[in-house]
Amino acid sequence: MPNVLVFAEARGGELRKVALEAVTAARRVADQVGGDVHVVLVGAPGIAGRASALAEYGADLVVVSEHPGFANYAPEATTAFVAERVKGGDYRAVIFSASQQGKDLAPRTAARLQQAIATDVTSFEVGADAVTVTHPGYTGKVVQTLRLVGTPAIVSLRPGAVSPVAKAGAGRTESVSPSMDPAAGRVVVTETILGDTKTLDLGEAPVIISGGRGLKAAEHFKLVEDLAAAFGNAAVGATRAVTDEGWRPHSDQIGQTGRLVSPDLYVALGISGAIQHLAGMRTSKCIVAINKDKEAPIFKVADYGIVGDVFDVVPALTAAVQQARQSSN
Amino acid sequence: MKIAVCIKRVPEMDVTFKIAPTGKAVDETGLKWDMSDFDGYAVEAALQLTEKAGTGEVHVISLGPDVVQETLRKALSMGVAKAVQLKCDTVPFDAYAIGTALAAELKDGGYDLIMFGKMSIDGANGVTQFVVAELLGLPLVHACSKLEIADGKGSARREIEGGGELVSFALPAIVSIDEGIARPRYPSLKGIMAAKRKPLEVRPAQLGEVRLTVETMELPPPRAAGRIIGEGAAAVPELVALLQNEAKVL
Repeated sequence: MPNVLVFAEARGGELRKVALEAVTAARRVADQVGGDVHVVLVGAPGIAGRASALAEYGADLVVVSEHPGFANYAPEATTAFVAERVKGGDYRAVIFSASQQGKDLAPRTAARLQQAIATDVTSFEVGADAVTVTHPGYTGKVVQTLRLVGTPAIVSLRPGAVSPVAKAGAGRTESVSPSMDPAAGRVVVTETILGDTKTLDLGEAPVIISGGRGLKAAEHFKLVEDLAAAFGNAAVGATRAVTDEGWRPHSDQIGQTGRLVSPDLYVALGISGAIQHLAGMRTSKCIVAINKDKEAPIFKVADYGIVGDVFDVVPALTAAVQQARQSSN
Repeated sequence: MKIAVCIKRVPEMDVTFKIAPTGKAVDETGLKWDMSDFDGYAVEAALQLTEKAGTGEVHVISLGPDVVQETLRKALSMGVAKAVQLKCDTVPFDAYAIGTALAAELKDGGYDLIMFGKMSIDGANGVTQFVVAELLGLPLVHACSKLEIADGKGSARREIEGGGELVSFALPAIVSIDEGIARPRYPSLKGIMAAKRKPLEVRPAQLGEVRLTVETMELPPPRAAGRIIGEGAAAVPELVALLQNEAKVL
């Protein structure tokens, strides 16, 4: 039977949202080809407790490997584990997330299996003799339709391209030991450093509040953070000009050479809208721009624009969002 | 320390692309070309590593038709010692095909470190380095934003969502480079003159099988024209109403 295998990404003992997105995508393919969804989940002891959440989104079988060495990402042991599962099953497709981890794990696995891979895809179709995917290239300025031959087809799915949809699978679990010691690879992650855990990650937040040069100084990012806090489900991003100035860390940069994001709502504060920045956020579902220059290119892509000084408009917006959220609770 | 850096010639991205009549590629008319962004960071990082060590040299390799020699010359003018063109008429889209040719060239090179940009800025696949690592049986660290080599071992930082991972690895190894590591230097006039006398070898590319192809290339649908709803803080109530009732995101 042509099944679909998914790698479910977890961190710190919790599933990441991208794991549910990948399982949702796999469930659709499996229903189309009449197969089952098998999910690989690795982590420190205790991770098996997350298998039931995967079943809610369509996993028929969750293959769990618990080992203290999986507490940090273990690239070589995880690759070996996933590759063995692929070889041991009859899989039409193997789905990863194109998260930072998936951008490492998916091509490792494809190279190990000597299979073709399409990365960072925004959609894919499983046909009789090939898998067809859409893959943005040229910094998002071109959409490429790619054709992958060979079985299984390996793809990594762009975060946010599929929304998680609950659809119960059979949810059996199987516990399997890692095939190599996760702590003994030639490449070892010695430490995972996480920033302020109160802020949501750019790849997972439904709302992103982003600041540009118009904020004029690092300390004025308090305005951006306050608006993010008012939404309650928002992450803070920045332009390259801002990260180059050192006002925000490089990891916050949204754009051609930084993070590519597509949240439900993107609020651009004091951002002119340079091509390099637009490349990273133009696929956001709703874009709001606040900028004092009415000719700024950001207004060409913004669904809603306010021409004005961020130092006047943003505090008013923060207060209004707080009030709106309070009255709806 | 002997380092090889694999580099790609790509169009500069600050233009509006057109699609070629084949429907499978961008129209190259009038495009300017340069080394792919992340490859530039890799060349700079490699040069800094040998400069810091006070010993060793950096080689660059690029696959493609003769126009890639321009990109190789740029690397030579930055301070690279030797360049190799793996010649083929067109660059395939499939990383396995490209990686096979690169691995054949790198196999007996005696390199301590083989470097790549984390992905090319045009194809945006980020797979080739993994194919080379697998074919050569070398450890690989992908998307390094910091890199240090000392006492025959490497350490690196990789960016992840909301943080980073510290990685240690054995040499020889393959590393691919993310932004944040080093701004590429501009070639000096002296460097440009010196580059003319440096070796640029040309060999046929021994490409592998192609299993991933471009079927069509299109421009993304344009976003609907933006709407300016007002000026200053007075426009905030209308914005909030639109976010609640029209966009339904609040």
